[in-house]
Amino acid sequence: MAKIQQALALAMVLTTGALLILAVTLTMPAFGSFPQRQIGESAEDAIGQQILENAPEQTGAANVVTSVVWGYRGYDTLGEATVLFTAVVGVVMLFRVARRSE
Amino acid sequence: MAGMSPIVRTTARLLFPFTFLFGAYVVIHGHLTPGGGFPGGVIIAASFVMLVLAYGIERAQERVGFTRAEVLESIGGLTIAILGLFGLLAGVAFLQNVFPLGEFGRLFSGGNLPLLYLAVGVKVTAGILLIFYAMLFGFGGEE
Repeated sequence: MAKIQQALALAMVLTTGALLILAVTLTMPAFGSFPQRQIGESAEDAIGQQILENAPEQTGAANVVTSVVWGYRGYDTLGEATVLFTAVVGVVMLFRVARRSE
Repeated sequence: MAGMSPIVRTTARLLFPFTFLFGAYVVIHGHLTPGGGFPGGVIIAASFVMLVLAYGIERAQERVGFTRAEVLESIGGLTIAILGLFGLLAGVAFLQNVFPLGEFGRLFSGGNLPLLYLAVGVKVTAGILLIFYAMLFGFGGEE
């Protein structure tokens, strides 16, 4: 019984691995190519290129990462701060309950 | 938690202002150099954690207690939201910059980015400190 289970597990692992390799080789972009999301037709219109060129005069910050984090993606970072707040509230609640039940 | 040996105490006391200053530098210069509110806040929190480890929980509680850390955390979050509302008041999108941009590369530049990073720095400092305190109290460090 154990032998059959082991063989089944091995077959499952091998099949999944083969499917994953197939998926990577067939559907993923080629190695080394870095497709950016484009606004217009040419590669010059890619979002990353646009941000790199326009960030200093649009946001006035010397650090492009900052202009992305709080300038272009402010909502996202507000959510990030909310995640931290939720984590803190969760930890405080968890340990206060643990302390009361002692 | 009673604190550690005099060697550890002296080292922590001497290192604390420098660690705090470095964290504040990372927060305040977030829009000019690599870094920002999140890593800078963690560095400032680490300076307080160092004090707690060296001197015991009571001495650190005198400076930034549990309640004060909670209030600071909330103030940081509120400041971000209120700074975002300035954009709405001016008639543009939420969190959009309405302050003057200033001279490029100077400390006072970038509109609302330094203010947002300052708020995030306070918030992250208080948050990490709160997590640390909560875990200490949970294991019987309080009172």
